[in-house]
Amino acid sequence: MTLATTTSSPAAIAAGDTILSVSNIEVVYDHVILVLKGVSLDVPRGGIVALLGANGAGKTTTLKAISNLLHAERGEVTKGSILFEGEEVHSRSPNDLVRRGCIQVMEGRHCFGHLTIEENLLTGAFTRRDGKAAIKRDMDLVYTYFPRLQERRNSQAGYTSGGEQQMCAIGRALMSRPKMILLDEPSMGLAPQLVEEIFEIVASLNAKEGVSFLLAEQNTYMALKHARYGYVLENGRVVLDGPAQGLLENEDVKEFYLGIAEGKRKSFREGKHYKRRKRWLA
Amino acid sequence: MNILYRVFIDPFMQMGQAPDLLVQTLWEGLVAGVLYALIALGFVLIFKASGVFNFAQGIMVVFAALTLVGLHALLRKWGVSSGMVAAYLALAITIVVMFALAWCIERAILRPLVNQPDIILFMATFGLTYFLVGLGELVFGGEPKSMITEDLGLPRGAIEIKMLGGFVSLQKIDIAAAVIASVMVTSLALFFQKTRIGRALRAVADSHKAALSVGISLEQVWVVVWFAAGIVALTTGIMWGARSSVSFALEIVAFKALPVLVLGGLTSIPGAIVGGLIIGIGEKLGEFYWGPLLGSGIEAWFAYLIALIFLLVRPQGLFGERIIERI
Repeated sequence: MTLATTTSSPAAIAAGDTILSVSNIEVVYDHVILVLKGVSLDVPRGGIVALLGANGAGKTTTLKAISNLLHAERGEVTKGSILFEGEEVHSRSPNDLVRRGCIQVMEGRHCFGHLTIEENLLTGAFTRRDGKAAIKRDMDLVYTYFPRLQERRNSQAGYTSGGEQQMCAIGRALMSRPKMILLDEPSMGLAPQLVEEIFEIVASLNAKEGVSFLLAEQNTYMALKHARYGYVLENGRVVLDGPAQGLLENEDVKEFYLGIAEGKRKSFREGKHYKRRKRWLA
Repeated sequence: MNILYRVFIDPFMQMGQAPDLLVQTLWEGLVAGVLYALIALGFVLIFKASGVFNFAQGIMVVFAALTLVGLHALLRKWGVSSGMVAAYLALAITIVVMFALAWCIERAILRPLVNQPDIILFMATFGLTYFLVGLGELVFGGEPKSMITEDLGLPRGAIEIKMLGGFVSLQKIDIAAAVIASVMVTSLALFFQKTRIGRALRAVADSHKAALSVGISLEQVWVVVWFAAGIVALTTGIMWGARSSVSFALEIVAFKALPVLVLGGLTSIPGAIVGGLIIGIGEKLGEFYWGPLLGSGIEAWFAYLIALIFLLVRPQGLFGERIIERI
């Protein structure tokens, strides 16, 4: 198994149909803080791609650059290009992007706490113009994927559990009939069993509804188990990328993201050694 | 002892002795309260949806009323013979003007300043206030005008009701004000609960970022909410204008909404209504029964006193979600 460290993934090129293509973007916050230093990645249509990395590596920033929510946080893409279905997203508003089928589920879920679960789902359909019947059909579809939401449809989202809120956030995104969901840290703060459940739903949404996913996760094992391709971000750069299976077997990934190396845990002191190598990889 | 008697016992004995006067005072308080609640509602709408404490709400009341009266006069001058037709035509145009104003505010103030600290937006509404004062004076002149009450078909005169061994007199315009205000509040509440835009509006109030992420257009929501606040301002302007006259002094009335907001909470529509009623009734009762103790004139500051006491006990207001740290 060879690991590609080039900027575009061979898998996507082979597939020929790329829904999202990010090439060499730089992101600056407040005109001074350089957060992303040339990130490139591709998501094939109908694929699940994982974006891995530690806290502060730039995963969320990458997703927000794509969904154009960055602007609302005084961040700016200063270099490079982001193409969604072959069109530059830079000048489009988040509202327009959602209408075109690219929606982000933010880290920390961000359900509307004072709205009921059902109202939350309906807000996801804000950009749609295809009438009440179609929206109702999709709501039923969301309820078949997340039966738990149906049970709690009339509760205020603020009073539901973390797992239910995560389901609500994903369901709300589905209500916009997306072609692609940018899913940020769905496992955050959830019990392992729930994480499993949510990842399985993501996988079946991908398989049955054909929704592409770009998945930012710290839970490396879960993400790679369900994704087909992965990118590892560190300090605003892609330091490693390759097919998911390959990454799972990669020694560095095992050691630093999965916490298993040659059968036993290593001491943290040896991290220095890795840092030198990391510079070389970048 | 004498002073204690006059503060704690005498006013209540007066209430008992002349219940008709008490009812009259309560009614007047209620009407004033409804109107305070209307102004407070304008503040709450905008604060909820855009997180801006809109200092210009008061001047929007004046501006709306001036536009209405000014347009009416203009239409009459241009030869619209029927006062009624002119009045309703002017009303329609004023509504359009309020929409244009909301659109301009979104374009010129909110959009460029998005994500700036709250205090900057607050200061921007100061700017808007003085701009509207200037514009209003330039276009319509500074002298007080009288509201076109009759042409709008609002009732005049009073109803005398015989009760409790005396008479209670209800101004018809006050009854109309109470009815219109209730209709307005109910329809706003329905709009918030039932419609797609209303839902989006509540979503924005909950979290700007999340609303943005699901594709809700903040621009659209802001225009709608400022327009709604403009309509509320217009209604308030007509009602207050009918009670006194249409002049820039009306802006002062808007500051009466501040104690209402302290009482009801800056984020709650029911709070604005209940707060308005408490302030209105408290103010009239205070003026009538305790006023003579201090040589009257209590009405001007009594509301602020109630608000101050409330701030000490319950700083987030009766129905508020959080402490008002944005002012």
